[in-house]
Amino acid sequence: MPIDILMPALSPTMEEGKLSKWLKNEGDAVKAGDVIAEIETDKATMEVEAVDEGTIGKLLVAAGTEGVKVNTPIAVLLQEGESADAAAKAPAPAAAQQPAAAETVSAQPQIAQPVPAAPKSEPAADPDIPAGTEMVTMTVREALRDAMAEEMRANDDVFIMGEEVAEYQGAYKITQGLLQEFGARRVVDTPITEHGFAGIGVGAAMAGLRPIVEFMTFNFAMQAIDQIINSAAKTLYMSGGQMGAPIVFRGPNGAAARVAAQHSQDYAAWYSHIPGLKVIQPYTAADAKGLLKAAIRDPNPIIFLENEILYGQSFEVPKMDDFVLPIGKARIHRKGNDATIVSFGIGMTYAVKAADELAKEGIDVEVIDLRTIRPMDLPTVIESVKKTGRLVTVEEGYPQSSVGTEIATRVMQQAFDYLDAPILTIAGKDVPMPYAANLEKLALPNVGEVVQAVKTVCYR
Amino acid sequence: MPMNDRLSLHVPEPEVRPGDKPDFSRVEIPEAGSVRRPPEDAEAESMRDLAYSIIRVMNRDGEAVGPWAGSLSDDEIIEGLRHMMTLRAFDQRMLMAQRQGKTSFYMQHLGEEAISCAFQKALKPGDMNFPTYRQAGLLIAGGYPMVDMMNQIYSNDADPLKGRQLPVLYSARSHGFFSVSGNLGTQYIQAVGWAMASAIRQGTEISAAWIGDGSTAASDFHAALVFASTYRAPVILNIVNNQWAISTFQGIARGGSGTFAARGLGFGIPALRVDGNDYLAVHAVSQWAANRARRNGGPTLIEHVTYRAGAHSTSDDPSAYRPKEESNAWPLGDPVLRLKNHLTLRGLWSEERHRQAEAEIRAEVIAAQKEAERHGTLHAGGKPSARDMFEDVYAEMPAHLKRQRQQAGV
Repeated sequence: MPIDILMPALSPTMEEGKLSKWLKNEGDAVKAGDVIAEIETDKATMEVEAVDEGTIGKLLVAAGTEGVKVNTPIAVLLQEGESADAAAKAPAPAAAQQPAAAETVSAQPQIAQPVPAAPKSEPAADPDIPAGTEMVTMTVREALRDAMAEEMRANDDVFIMGEEVAEYQGAYKITQGLLQEFGARRVVDTPITEHGFAGIGVGAAMAGLRPIVEFMTFNFAMQAIDQIINSAAKTLYMSGGQMGAPIVFRGPNGAAARVAAQHSQDYAAWYSHIPGLKVIQPYTAADAKGLLKAAIRDPNPIIFLENEILYGQSFEVPKMDDFVLPIGKARIHRKGNDATIVSFGIGMTYAVKAADELAKEGIDVEVIDLRTIRPMDLPTVIESVKKTGRLVTVEEGYPQSSVGTEIATRVMQQAFDYLDAPILTIAGKDVPMPYAANLEKLALPNVGEVVQAVKTVCYR
Repeated sequence: MPMNDRLSLHVPEPEVRPGDKPDFSRVEIPEAGSVRRPPEDAEAESMRDLAYSIIRVMNRDGEAVGPWAGSLSDDEIIEGLRHMMTLRAFDQRMLMAQRQGKTSFYMQHLGEEAISCAFQKALKPGDMNFPTYRQAGLLIAGGYPMVDMMNQIYSNDADPLKGRQLPVLYSARSHGFFSVSGNLGTQYIQAVGWAMASAIRQGTEISAAWIGDGSTAASDFHAALVFASTYRAPVILNIVNNQWAISTFQGIARGGSGTFAARGLGFGIPALRVDGNDYLAVHAVSQWAANRARRNGGPTLIEHVTYRAGAHSTSDDPSAYRPKEESNAWPLGDPVLRLKNHLTLRGLWSEERHRQAEAEIRAEVIAAQKEAERHGTLHAGGKPSARDMFEDVYAEMPAHLKRQRQQAGV
């Protein structure tokens, strides 16, 4: 039977790529291991190798095609004696190759995709963006880069440092072009020591500069947590107000895909525990841009939690000379009357998708994007709960002492009389993140759980 | 030094970047056999010069020369060559498997095979390595089954780590291979702690710490040296200097110090630099350090000087930050080729035998791969059990995890 050659995932988080070049033509014989094509991802150019021996029957995707999804058939490989016509009739391979494994979660239909794509529906208008402002589409990655570049142009004291930020343009390409524009004095590759360069940043901030410290991931910043908490967060207080640390610690946070226990942790709840810090976790590109600019200008130490999976997602961003958003203000992402979902960061992807599904069943959900975890905009949440009487929180972090349990406590204390049902908190499972795709999916929250939770609080 | 009104920041830069001609003229390479071999119980202070040289055994012609030669029998050397060839073949198959979508991620050893393969032969059962992600030769040379390594890489239903860990972050306690940490540096200090425990228990086992040139910047490295020095822990402190920490050249972590090995001098720890592409030299130096540790002589720091000929990982494209032909210009050559030449020169090996060994090894690796793929790969076949996901969070499963497992329907 002809074999479909599928678009491979060349890195754990790759979802699509550009098929830049074919190195084999239709009719060419290939051996296993032959390089057949080149693929560009957002990280690098990679070679695709043939899995089996055969003859290239058909090239299904033209060279130069962008946005080819992982696992799409890109070519057909013919075995001896087969013709290209047979290839056209060949069934899709995926279903046939997946044996039913009773113990795996793939057998559980209610488990949805862990990371739903960005929603198509427009977010509710942000009152901080003037009506009629022209919008441009950009990825979260571009928005973050632009925010830093704009602030670096505006203020010579702003600089960025971290591992791979200069020559490599960022491990996740967030600092693309910054070295070229601002030079090695302001875009600094550091040695591999989060504890070390977080401390350098705190020192530089105390000396009057405005450092942006990029952590390759917040998982690595565990090493730096003493500098962040015991020094950055507390020095203004301990020095009697004499010296503080205006500094931004930013980088990807939480689970990406297939990076397992040590690289998949959500630190929102951890940092939000600490007085002296502000903690931001944006979802949209507009919020990423407006809030990062605000963070760089803020006189306090800021934890800015990004997400690797969101980096490549596109959103509308206002085209303004200086688009800055207020820190500490939630945004109503979608208006509704029957129940409230509060989330932040990538948790919003589950919330938004669940709201779409619930709408089909006649449940009109209000979705609030917290955007800032500390200071927390509880009034916006309470206003919504007064209207809906029902609340579900969604986050990827662990269930105990989570952001959701904090919200639940405060809403219970301040709006008890308005609640028509117990508040439900959706979080990740209480296990270190496994590597295997099926287990990872199971360990994270999913849209089905959010839908079910909203129905439960609505007694449906 | 001229007096300036204003200060300026020094940022080290590699000699060359993509498009430039490779240049390793800064790497001073002494002749093979020219570096002295101190007694295993010599005072650390008496061998400070060794931190600035490179111990080499095989010369350009392939002869084993000098005081460090002769630590292995002929059969052991042939076995060593086969281990390196196996590791290389294993890497090739797994890189291909990654490019075919059978796993999400892989890290190869190309050019660095001698270090982990030769080092393991200096250890004894019961000793413990605290490896990084580029020491799979410790497992290959230690006789760990390749199929188990592949099951881990494929995260299938026979994965010894039950689908919990990133590909290549193996764990094999029975084979003296501590679970690899994805966060760098953390295990350097743990290896020292393990060695101190062995001494406290009055055992006979030693440990080996592993770190890359880049991660020596991490605080853990420095803390490890303090403890190893103070308590004279029976530990071998390995630094694999492969010149590149992803895109960051070794000068960023090394800064103004002459060598990474010299980091040990301030702590009074004997520090040896060895030609990491010379299987015989790596073994001799490792053996020296192991013997010293076993005789209660305390820690030794070894800097293995090598070159990462491949990409950092399958997510990396080195052409963005270094000349493509740089690895060919690396002056210490290829470890497999060098040992092959040595054995051939001595009449213990031949082109013919090499080809035959290559074919045999390839067949062994492919057989292991087929067996592993029968259990499944990332996208197809058997998956780790969802039931197991809730195990081992605690030694005994608490009630709330039992509840979560029940809710998950597994």
